[in-house]
Amino acid sequence: MKSQAIIIGGSAGAFNTILSILGQLDKRINIPIVIVLHRLKNTTSSFETILQRNTHYTVKEIEDKEQMRNGMLYTAPADYHVLLEEDYTFSLDVSELVNFSRPSIDVTFESFSAVLKEKCCGILLSGSNHDGAKGLKIMAENKGNTIIQDCNEAEFANMPNAAKTLYDQHKELNTTNIINILNNECY
Amino acid sequence: MITLKELDELLFTIKKQFDYDFSDYSKASMLRRIHRFMDIHAMKNAVDLKFELINNPAVFQNFINEIVVNVSEFFRDPSFFKSLQQKVFPYLESYPKINIWSAGCSFGEETYSLNILLKENNLYAKTRIYATDISSNAIERSRKGIYDNTNFKEYTKNYYECGGKESLNDYFVSDPRHSMIHSEFKQNILFSNHNLVADGVFKECQLILCRNVLIYFNSNLQNKALELFYQSLPIHGFLAIGKKESLRFSSVYENFKEIDREEKIYQKIK
Repeated sequence: MKSQAIIIGGSAGAFNTILSILGQLDKRINIPIVIVLHRLKNTTSSFETILQRNTHYTVKEIEDKEQMRNGMLYTAPADYHVLLEEDYTFSLDVSELVNFSRPSIDVTFESFSAVLKEKCCGILLSGSNHDGAKGLKIMAENKGNTIIQDCNEAEFANMPNAAKTLYDQHKELNTTNIINILNNECY
Repeated sequence: MITLKELDELLFTIKKQFDYDFSDYSKASMLRRIHRFMDIHAMKNAVDLKFELINNPAVFQNFINEIVVNVSEFFRDPSFFKSLQQKVFPYLESYPKINIWSAGCSFGEETYSLNILLKENNLYAKTRIYATDISSNAIERSRKGIYDNTNFKEYTKNYYECGGKESLNDYFVSDPRHSMIHSEFKQNILFSNHNLVADGVFKECQLILCRNVLIYFNSNLQNKALELFYQSLPIHGFLAIGKKESLRFSSVYENFKEIDREEKIYQKIK
């Protein structure tokens, strides 16, 4: 089933992998990509600027009730959880931290999965806690396409490892193969 | 856990049986709150949840308190409070009396933060703050003004970042676990129940603070609330919304000008 969105979650050690993936994605992939990366609050970061320099997509930090559009690369703002509504608008949420994180990857995976069911692709990259594992499992149970970064390759393997421990049917792939599978399946 | 379809049915039942209308709230956020509630209370599916809500009034009350998000902090987004002092306070100073509406005040952190800064800028004496929330539990907690000490280190950091001039601790009476805001900061605040969905204008206010409240509504209800704020403001009155919220999708967008684009502070111009 063709995905309607790609959601990439990551924490410590994920940034360079994200840049590699984005740099080598087939230009025909036109579905929205949402990046949930753990980041510090109350700091101005150059995250979006660096992303924009490395991708042909238009990079945009998510605003509440904004329509999710094709050809866009969205980032979760610091200090907010990101959710998806049935009409494909984003909602933000400042409720409790989940896994010590806001944005939490679990929250976004679960919310996108509730709306898109089998039509979404979740990717969990390097990180040193276990955020994302529960959400990715829910996504897999809803028949979404779920991928974790190869634990041997990830700079911090805790995160993909936690996902694998919770549910052993995710595709475990290194960066090159993540890029290949996206290029083969997502347009 | 429940599906989006079950959520619709549940909200319909709640509206019919209890007269609480959440139908224009953000579905995605509701679903998340309800899942959290079910997790905490070890409920497995929609049938369990419905049964408890209908048959156990205490559970229902708890449900209402839990699904409304009441997470806040003192001086959240220091850059916002800094800008408010620099760009809005000088205007407010010109009024003989100032009314401020703190809409969706949760447990009071935002309202007391504002009040502390009013005090430090010598505006406290002529200001009256109307702090409202849909949740009576939140209003009660706000009135008490007692907070867990755990996060005070961060609050202090925020406070200094937004230009605080004193020691934050001096504004509280503390024991080893809790801190209570000094009673002085309660005297000019009127806490009351107000439902942005159902209730109307109650007072003209020169500044309305409603940050990270509208995100829990759908666009339709956001628009209604923003129209209400518009009607409650005099010309040149100020509206502050959350940093990632937007007026752009609302019918009153043209009636405001941006005072601070980053911090989402607006002024009514027509």
